[in-house]
This record gives sequence, structure tokens and C-alpha cells, in this order.
Amino acid sequence: MNPSVKRSPPRGKGPRVTLRATYRKPWSERLLEGGVHLAAWLCILFVVLILFFLARESGGLVFKDVFQVVGRYWRPISEPPQFGVLPLLAGSLLVTLTATAIAVPLGVGAAIYIGEFAPPQVREILKVSVEFLAAIPSVVIGFLGMIVLAPLVKSLFNLPTGLTALSASLMLAWMAMPTIVSLTEDALRSVPDTLRHGAYALGATRWQTIRRVLLPAAKPGILAATMLGVGRVIGETMAVLMISGNAARIPHSVLEPIRTLTATIAAEMGETVQGSDHYQALFSLGLVLFGITLVVNTIADRLVHRGETS
Amino acid sequence: MRRQDPLAQERRARLGLLLVTILVIVPVALIVGTVIVKGIGAVDWEFLSTAPRNGLREGGILPAIVGTLVLVAGAVLWSVPFGVATAIYLVEYAPRSQIARWVRLAILNLAGIPSVVYGLFGLGIFVIGLKLGVSILAGTLTLALMNLPVIVTSTAESLKAVPDRFRVASLALGASRWQTVRHIVLPNSLQGILTGIILETSRAAGETAPILFTVAAFYLPRLPRTIYDQVMALPMHLYAISTQVPNIGMDVRYGVALVLLGLVLGVNAIAIAVRSRMRRNRIW
Repeated sequence: MNPSVKRSPPRGKGPRVTLRATYRKPWSERLLEGGVHLAAWLCILFVVLILFFLARESGGLVFKDVFQVVGRYWRPISEPPQFGVLPLLAGSLLVTLTATAIAVPLGVGAAIYIGEFAPPQVREILKVSVEFLAAIPSVVIGFLGMIVLAPLVKSLFNLPTGLTALSASLMLAWMAMPTIVSLTEDALRSVPDTLRHGAYALGATRWQTIRRVLLPAAKPGILAATMLGVGRVIGETMAVLMISGNAARIPHSVLEPIRTLTATIAAEMGETVQGSDHYQALFSLGLVLFGITLVVNTIADRLVHRGETS
Repeated sequence: MRRQDPLAQERRARLGLLLVTILVIVPVALIVGTVIVKGIGAVDWEFLSTAPRNGLREGGILPAIVGTLVLVAGAVLWSVPFGVATAIYLVEYAPRSQIARWVRLAILNLAGIPSVVYGLFGLGIFVIGLKLGVSILAGTLTLALMNLPVIVTSTAESLKAVPDRFRVASLALGASRWQTVRHIVLPNSLQGILTGIILETSRAAGETAPILFTVAAFYLPRLPRTIYDQVMALPMHLYAISTQVPNIGMDVRYGVALVLLGLVLGVNAIAIAVRSRMRRNRIW
């Protein structure tokens, strides 16, 4: 394939043979290789750009008095406006915690069944179903949540409205499930077989092996799966916007309507004037979200790598 | 306390886990089933082939279907060359360099950014910063950036799956690095890369938040002519008619949901089929 590789004659007496490639790359190859490098470098630039544009459009409102991370009231269109982020943070936190509390036990359980117990054909069907769950657009889930789940929650708990933190959390739990199931399954599979065989050789049953050997060994991976699930829940927008009830108040229970950071941006951005305080406040929320997901994903990544090295 | 029989314990655990798995899976069937049963009545040829009339209350959803297809095509067009190139860099050119570590970190962060933040970014850089306006161009670029980490990750996985002995053999025959990538690695990972791209299209088709401020039109009963036009899109349309417009028949809403769900799950099924074929035909 490459005719220009020449073998130079051996010098001196020793048995050393030097192979020297005198292949000159054609310009098309240089161009393509340059493109490959450029594309990769640009990925780094994109992250910087995202941060830069969020910061630029937020206009430094984060540092002004009107924008308060711990402020108790989000009243963007009253006079004077108040941009207290606390109710939105509390809303995001409440649905995230509730959804995670539902999704993690169920997701890990399902992952154990799919990975360890299910017969091969059943396993394939279950995995495809989990993939389908991941693929359902969030707006479809939000739509069904509004007209099927919310009335159910309303009549079950006898509430004035079914659009509550609980309804949103239930939907979000199932949206985070595919991430948790598939990553937990990966974590279980990556436990070395020697551990498994050792446990069987000691006379442990499958279930004992899973509980005493596999789960402890896969713990970092399962935690990482949990963190990535959390990241998915915090960032989810359309479904929460449609079923959380959109009330920017600090909630006292999961049966109250709430408002999340993401839903606020999606709901209010259309009504703002470019460059206004409200507009800048929404970009500031974007920055807050960016920061939160950055921390959550970094923790997840650390956990994954710790799992790999141990 | 009596010691429990470990095998009986295992049977119980197995049953419990099976029930949990069913609980996780059943909503998929419920969602798909409900949407099909209640939406099928609204979907006919007129629904799919005409524009909406009378403030979304009558007529079909053709502009939304076309809009979604345009957005997906644009997003794939921008993100695939870029993502595949980045993956080639990461796997074939500089797997252990410091820059590759930074690139990986960047991809990881891009993957974690919420979709609505991409919407904000798209608004800030494309719509306002580059003065593209609310347009197909701005929307597809935003979607492409959001899908970039998906393409990079899936492509990198497929490239890594090609055994190293293929590369070594090629290099030993005197092929250059690029020739090895072009003639050995890429052909052998093509199906995996394709699967990733197909999955991206289904994800792009269902996204709402990133297009909300960058391209999506609430009501625009004509087809787009240039890349500076706005378009309607199916997910946006479903959001609009289920929250913003009163007095729309429930069957119409379910109909839109059915078309969107059919599109997304259909594309997914294709990806799954390609993948299982690939597993069967693998030569190494």
C-alpha cells in the first residue's frame, strides 16, 4: 500500500537494520488529519463558549442585589421585580430527591434482575423496553402526566390540583430509570468473574453472591449511575414544566405544586425583552444550572474512575 | 430466630426483583398503548398532509412533521462530521495525550448540560450573537451541539471495538495512520457508528427545550423556504396544544403524540435492528 518505504543498508558491522519511512503525506491526508485535530480542540472551546455566552447574556446580574440566590420570592414581573432563587432551587431539589428515592431502588433492582437472573431472550426484550423508555420524548411523558397521572394523584390524595411535586417526581423517576438501570447493569457486569467464582466455590447461592459480593464490589459504579440519574432529573425541562403546577413557592410537602429552575427558564424566556433584568435573571438561572450539573457530573465521573482503578 | 433456607431466600429475591422489573417496564407499555388507542382515530391522511387552520383547532400537522424532519436532518448534518472526527482523534490519534483528557472532560460536561441551557446558549450565540435570528440555522446548530457528545461517545465506542491487531497489521503493511483509519478502522466500525447516528436522530426529533427559543414557531401554517425561516415542530406543537390553546379535542392531542412517538420509536427500532444484525455478522 505504501511503496515509498525504503530499507536503508546496514551500517557498520552490527546487526542493526534501520527502517526508515520516507512516506510523504499527500495534502488531502494532512487536511483530513488537521480537521480531526481541530474538531477535537473545538469541543473544549464549546464548553468555554457556553459558559461565556451564559455569563455575557446574564450581564452580571448574579452579582447585583436584585438577584438573590437565597431570596424567598421569585416575582419577575412585579414592581420592583424580585429574583429570589430559593423557591426554584427548593422545587428542583424536592423533585430531584423524591424522584431519585423512587428511581434508585427500583432501577438497581431491575438491573440486578436483567443482568443476573433473566434468561437470555427475556433479557433482550427487557433491555429493548428500557431503551424505548429512554427514547420517549419528555413532552409526550409530560402530556400523559397532565391528563392521566395528575387526575389520579388529585383524586387519590383528595387535592385541589394533581399538578404537584409528587406527580412530577413520579414521571421524572421513570425518566431517570433507563440511565440508572443500564449503568448499574454495566457496573455489575464489570465485576471480575474471579470474585463471582470465588463466592460460588465457597458454596454461596446466586443471591448471596449478588448481595455480599457483587453489590459491594459494584458500589462505585452504582453511585455513579445514581449521580448521572440525578443529573438527568435536575436538567429535565418539558415534563416538569407541564406537570409540576408552576407555582414558584417554597414547598412544604410533595403534594404541593412547585416550580423548578429549568421550567422557569422554559416558561418565561418567551415573554422577556432582550437585555432586561428578567432576561438576565433567566440566563443567571442557566448559569446556576450549569454549575449544579457540572458538580454532579464531575462527582459521577470521579466515581466511575474510582471503580475502574479498584 | 430460625435460619432461613438460602435457596428459598433466593427464590423470593428473584420473584421480588422480577416484580420490580415489571414495575419499571410496564409504564412503557402503558404510555405507548394509551397513545396508540386514543390517538389512532385522529390520524388519517388529511391530518398528516394538511396545514393547521383556525388557530390550530382544525386541519392537520404537516408543517410540524416537515419542520421536525428538517431540524433532525440539519442537526445530523452539523454534528456527524464533527462528532466522528472528534472520536477518531480521541481513539486513533491521541488517546493518552493531555489534550485528549481535556477533550474527554469537555465531552462529559457537554453531555451533562441540561437541554434548556442549550436553548439559552443557542439564543445567546446563534440567534443574538451571530444575528442568525430565530431560524432553522440557529435551531439545528443548537440541536447539533447538544447531540455532539452522543455521537462522539457512540462513535468512540465503535472505534474501540475494532481489535488492535487490525491496526497493527495495517501499519505493519506500511499503511499510514490515516490510511489505517480510512481503510481498516472506519469500515469495520461503520455499523456501530450508524447505530449511534440513528439514535441521535430519534433524540433530536423529540427534543423541545433547545428549539423553544431558537427556531420553533407556535403557529406557522406554511412550509419553510430558506434556512432563515422558523418552523413548527412536533414536540413543540404537542406542548403548545396541550398547555396553551384551550378547546382542542383530546383526540387531536393524542394524534400528535402518536405521530411523534411513532416517529421516535420507529427510528429507535431501526437502530436496534441494525445493532442486532451487526452483532450476528461480526467477523471477529
